[in-house]
Amino acid sequence: MTQARMTVNGVPVQADVEGRTLLVDFLRGTLHLTGTHVGCDTSQCGACVVHVNGKAVKSCTMFAFEAEGALVRTIEGMAGADGALGPIQQAFRDEHGLQCGFCTPGMVMSTAALLTENPKPTQNEVRAYLEGNICRCTGYNNIVRAVLVASGQDVNLLAAE
Amino acid sequence: MYAFEIERPTTIAAAVAALGFEGAQALGGGQTLIPSMKARLASPAVLVSLTSIPEMRGVCLSDDGMVCVGGATPHALVAVEAAQYFPALAALAGQIGDPAVRNRGTVGGSLANNDPSACYPAAALGTGAVIITDRRRIAADDFFNGMFSTALHEGEIVTEVRFPVAEKAAYVKFHQPASRFALVGVFVAKYADGVRVAVTGASEGGVFHWAEAEVALSGDFSAAALDGLKVNADGMIGDVHATPEYRAHLVKVMAKRAVAGAT
Ligand SMILES: Cc1cc2nc3c(=O)[nH]c(=O)nc-3n(C[C@H](O)[C@H](O)[C@H](O)COP(=O)(O)OP(=O)(O)OC[C@H]3O[C@@H](n4cnc5c(N)ncnc54)[C@H](O)[C@@H]3O)c2cc1C
Ligand code: FES
Ligand code: FES
Repeated sequence: MTQARMTVNGVPVQADVEGRTLLVDFLRGTLHLTGTHVGCDTSQCGACVVHVNGKAVKSCTMFAFEAEGALVRTIEGMAGADGALGPIQQAFRDEHGLQCGFCTPGMVMSTAALLTENPKPTQNEVRAYLEGNICRCTGYNNIVRAVLVASGQDVNLLAAE
Repeated sequence: MYAFEIERPTTIAAAVAALGFEGAQALGGGQTLIPSMKARLASPAVLVSLTSIPEMRGVCLSDDGMVCVGGATPHALVAVEAAQYFPALAALAGQIGDPAVRNRGTVGGSLANNDPSACYPAAALGTGAVIITDRRRIAADDFFNGMFSTALHEGEIVTEVRFPVAEKAAYVKFHQPASRFALVGVFVAKYADGVRVAVTGASEGGVFHWAEAEVALSGDFSAAALDGLKVNADGMIGDVHATPEYRAHLVKVMAKRAVAGAT
């Protein structure tokens, strides 16, 4: 057993974990933050993407002890304190960027990382950045639209390009 | 996954000491090792994390024209920080996997693993890099020993890699669309004393020099200089993604694109 101490969505947390406890299991099992999903558990699908010190990572492929002292942000940290959707979440909703919603937490977290690095991405840059996030439902077009809308760009103009 | 003890040293010396214990194994970014442990292909008794060691992280330019990358530096940092010194190296790092993989995976882990489809081995062999470990310096030409095998000894860690900056270079990769690894990737680099061409993804023996292309390009650094060459499909990887013949064909196509795009 070891102590895992970190700040998750602004709240300091600490708990005993085994060395082999994955960050995603710590978030979901110990902290009951079940918004982060496990799709593949083999680092392929991106459903488990969270931010660790501002960087997108696959929480199924990182141990909880590796996030010692880190600032962690999950999908639960994207909504307002009153539960109101954040701008990226709202754009996914408005543009029908989700169907079953399983991939959505990872998509939103990857999008947040993209827009921090590149506030006005092109369509191709959005597709390239979301390469590690797999969606079985939407066919991606509405996800790309949602990201562009979240970035404040006029998607109708882009579509005409 | 089986249970294990953890160590998080903050110096190279402490990491080496921790790795001296029976059953201890280094953990870089975990992007290969953690999935292997889940599949019980690896079951270390002690995992020694290398990502809290400041002296193993970062990118700089040495006085003798080498880009020095700390062994535990993630790909995403190389993609940004090497860009001003060696754009081809930065571009290679920026094409590995996806952003989340690049935020964790490290150069030392990639080289130590020597996956036959990995990108960094092509950069190391294609530039004639020097791989610095906790105990010695190994030339890239002596480092790779066939797929998933290297010159590293038990408990030896890659602390730094030095890539000589080329006059002109490029890495061109044909993505295997499901895994995003290289179906075939070619690194071409032109130096004052000749051209180096390293090929990954293609051979069952792992990364290799394409010697004929090196000779041809050293005489004439143009894509047309490769026109007369043919790559033999013997010993090339054949799988559901591509036949050996297809890979052999791609080697030349990727090499020509790399020469044409070298900057
Ligand atoms: C979805 C996905 C896509 C990927 N796509 C690509 C790609 O396109 N191209 C590519 O090249 N790679 C790709 N990778 C692999 C990725 O680059 C990994 O970072 C790399 O293979 C291993 O590096 P790591 O730091 O994660 O090492 P780990 O997984 O931590 O370790 C791998 C091995 O190296 C050893 N090791 C780790 N660090 C050191 C060190 N400093 N010294 C000595 N031994 C060490 C470990 O003991 C272990 O045996 C991909 C991975 C994933 C999950
Ligand atoms: S669950 Fe982590 S990448 Fe699929
Ligand atoms: S909405 Fe169902 S997987 Fe993406």
